[in-house]
Amino acid sequence: MDTLISVKPLIAVLVSLLAIPLIGFSRSPNVREGWTFLAAVIKFALVASMLPAVLHGKEIICQVVEVLPGLSLAFRVDAFGMLFALVASFLWIITSAYSIGYMRGLDEHAQTRYFCFFAVSLSAAIGVAFSANLLTMYLFYEMLSLATYPLVTHHQDEEARTSGRKYLLYTVGASIGLVLPAMLVTYHFTGNLDFSPQGVLAGTASRGTVALLLFMFVFGFAKAAVMPLHSWLPAAMVAPTPVSALLHAVAVVKVGVFSIVRVITGIFGTDMLQAFDLSTPLLFVASTTILVGSFIALSQDNLKRMLAFSTIAQLSYIVLGAAMLSPKGVTGGMVHIAMHAFGKITLFFCAGAIFVATGKKNISEMTGIGRRMPVTMTAFFIGALSIIGMPPCGGFLSKWTLVLGALEADQIAILAVLLFSSLLNAAYFMPVVYRAFFCPPEDALFEARVQEAPLFCVVPLAITAVISLVLLVYPQPFMQLAVMSAAKVTGL
Amino acid sequence: MSAHFPGLVIIIPLVAAFLILIGALLDRRLAFPLTALALLGSLLTAIGLLGKVIQTGVVEYHLAGWAPPVGIAYRVDHLNALVLVAVATVAFVNLMGTRELVKGLFEDRLGPFYTLYILLIAGLQGIVVTGDAFNLYVLLEIAALTGYALVGMSEGRAPLSSLNYIFIGTVGASLYLLGVGYLYLVTGTLNMADLAVRLPALYPSKVVVSAFVICLVGLCIKMGFFPMHAWLPNAYSHAPDPVSSLVAPLVTKVMIYVMIRMMLFVFTPAFAFDQMAISEPMVWLAIAAIVAGSFMALSTRRLKRMLTYIIVAEVGYMVGGFWLGNRLGISGAILHIVNDAIMTLCVFLSAAAIISKVGSDAIDDMQGLFKKMPVTMGVFVVAGLSIIGVPPTCGFFSKWYLISGAVAAGQYGFMAALLLSSLINLVLFFRIFEIAYFEPFHDHHGDHGHFVSAVQEAPFEMLVTLVVTAVLLFALGIYAGDIVSQIIDHAIPVGIT
Repeated sequence: MDTLISVKPLIAVLVSLLAIPLIGFSRSPNVREGWTFLAAVIKFALVASMLPAVLHGKEIICQVVEVLPGLSLAFRVDAFGMLFALVASFLWIITSAYSIGYMRGLDEHAQTRYFCFFAVSLSAAIGVAFSANLLTMYLFYEMLSLATYPLVTHHQDEEARTSGRKYLLYTVGASIGLVLPAMLVTYHFTGNLDFSPQGVLAGTASRGTVALLLFMFVFGFAKAAVMPLHSWLPAAMVAPTPVSALLHAVAVVKVGVFSIVRVITGIFGTDMLQAFDLSTPLLFVASTTILVGSFIALSQDNLKRMLAFSTIAQLSYIVLGAAMLSPKGVTGGMVHIAMHAFGKITLFFCAGAIFVATGKKNISEMTGIGRRMPVTMTAFFIGALSIIGMPPCGGFLSKWTLVLGALEADQIAILAVLLFSSLLNAAYFMPVVYRAFFCPPEDALFEARVQEAPLFCVVPLAITAVISLVLLVYPQPFMQLAVMSAAKVTGL
Repeated sequence: MSAHFPGLVIIIPLVAAFLILIGALLDRRLAFPLTALALLGSLLTAIGLLGKVIQTGVVEYHLAGWAPPVGIAYRVDHLNALVLVAVATVAFVNLMGTRELVKGLFEDRLGPFYTLYILLIAGLQGIVVTGDAFNLYVLLEIAALTGYALVGMSEGRAPLSSLNYIFIGTVGASLYLLGVGYLYLVTGTLNMADLAVRLPALYPSKVVVSAFVICLVGLCIKMGFFPMHAWLPNAYSHAPDPVSSLVAPLVTKVMIYVMIRMMLFVFTPAFAFDQMAISEPMVWLAIAAIVAGSFMALSTRRLKRMLTYIIVAEVGYMVGGFWLGNRLGISGAILHIVNDAIMTLCVFLSAAAIISKVGSDAIDDMQGLFKKMPVTMGVFVVAGLSIIGVPPTCGFFSKWYLISGAVAAGQYGFMAALLLSSLINLVLFFRIFEIAYFEPFHDHHGDHGHFVSAVQEAPFEMLVTLVVTAVLLFALGIYAGDIVSQIIDHAIPVGIT
């Protein structure tokens, strides 16, 4: 394996942190958002500039400082990390634009604080993506939990307070209570926390210990919202919608599943989990989350809450893919990170745009809204199709790969879960779309006069919707990155 | 010059104490600069000493040229050099930060205050460098008596708490003295190095065993180890703010240092850990200390009191880590002495800044503080994160070692206690952050419900000090690996794995 030594990963992580003083002390809102954009673009450019090397099978490493003997804060950019970093940093640019439309459209308070902590969160997310070892990942994981707290509680009212409390207790509580001891026990066994293609734990611990550690990690990374540690996510929907969109559909929750997949592949290793037959319980947990999450989503009237439960279910697709331990399964799981990100962020953008334009939050109040906001609702339709996994959207590709993975792993039950879940997805998304466009004119709550949200809201959601479409025909580089890293971690 | 460093760390503050007393009689304003100068001097000496120890190993110094066993020997190795730097740093930083506060509280008593302040530091630094068990007792009393006086300098319940502190503290110190007396009876020496040579042959002796137990109990009382902690919360929370932020970070930590010194370098590790068979009960007591301290902290809604209960728990961290008896655990305990000193300094200083502005230490009165005192609260958040144990602050790394030690020793109860305490600390600090963040600031003096949005920060030097301590918390975290491999590894006897 070729490795390159470069400080680029470090700079890519730090660039948004360095922008904070500039954002914080800007004199006018336009200058402030200018800095945000600049930081976002530089961050994306830095991440993208490492893409060619990664696609050529190289890894980029950067050791920052040795904090404990034999254990460093270090970055390593590989195909999987690159996939996630590309998605997160690209969507930050789009979300920044959307934030301007949303936050100014609603005349929100404390926007400077908002943009500052957004930048910190992105630093942390990219930090997790590029972490070379579990300790570095843990550091950025915690940083992300804390940096998103002021964003979740942005409104500073009673509801935000309760939700923030729940948010912290679940994400930080689980990481201190479960991940930290699991990490230390792992370190005790291996003396090494570097992510390696076949894991580091193999041959050091008994099956019982490994199983215990595995579930401490899977539940400990509560950002992945694997049931029963999921209920922080619907609660976190009190945040302003751009936060829900980027953080609670992409950055934060994907950091959770990313960490789980990283640990499954890089610490445990697929071979060992196969040998200990630990795939089945993991599949069971993920399947339960998928089905239960979808069922709950069916019963929601608040649009953002419905999206939150949908996210809970979709996140477990990624865990499910990794748990299949087969190349196709892992590929499908990984690529779903990208596909779900573009689809779900579109949906959240739409929910936010509807709120800015009409002040409506509940699905029951959106009858006929397609007549008033055709662009938004078309984008919503595309996003929904992508999440359901239907062509012509990118989501089809990841689900197809997951289905192939299930067949490859001879898991017919999983195949059934995947198909049934798609049905459920359709069952909760399609009524929204139907209600918006095909209601009888006398039931419509809106006049047939086009009045969209501000352009800063509409353009970003149109872009992500179009990308969701394009990803079906041209899923690169995400597909290639996923295939590469799946091949590496499964050794096939 | 550098040959005299071990003596200078005591002589500078002792001489300065007289100069300050005399200087303050001439002009009160002289007290502060003289103290600052002396403490800066002793800080630089301490750092020089640490550098020297890292480069050349153990430094021996015979006070006034008298060779032991007749004279008093100061012996500085990696362990005490490190603790010495921590003590000197806290003393100096706290002095700089609390200038305005002290001026406000003790306008007419600046001379006595700073004299006591520097005598306390002389005592503590002496305890750390001395290689003589009896000399240690003398210095212990210097530190204790000045400590009682400083704690009692406030109004209200402080004198009473101080009295209580005197009673219990005297019992602790007397027990230590009694133990040392027993050792002198059987060995005929008070020099620690000599004791270490002569004691192993006498281990079966009941006198040695009694001495060991009596010394340990005395030290446990002095360090506020659960269930002998009762004096600590009152003394530290009723003391004047600039005193709390000095004694809270230092006194318990120095006593833990003395325990480590006695157990490893006077008695042998084999005797302390294996023959006496008290490791297991000590760790369980530490677990009790951590759990009890954490829950007591939960039960109070007063800031300083909560912090003192956290100290009770933190003492459990260090004592428990030490009695795990393995290299990881002891490294964690020593690292935590340093980290916890700075952490505690940082929280108590920010608490002092907050209390001086809010006028109360009830956490319910801290509404809107993020708006009113953004810098102070920022530092307070960093300190809180460090106490919770979030990387890359230093609290995470000592916890890392302590938990690793627990895993290596198979002591999962201790691991669970540490994790529980982290979670409770999370609740404790976010409870305060919530009030400061969500509830708007009310001006109690003006119209009710009238919002005051103007920033009203602590005095400038306090802010600088706070920021410096916060930066230290990160620096200690990032360099934790170096501190352990360069210093702490050499401080622990090679026999311990």
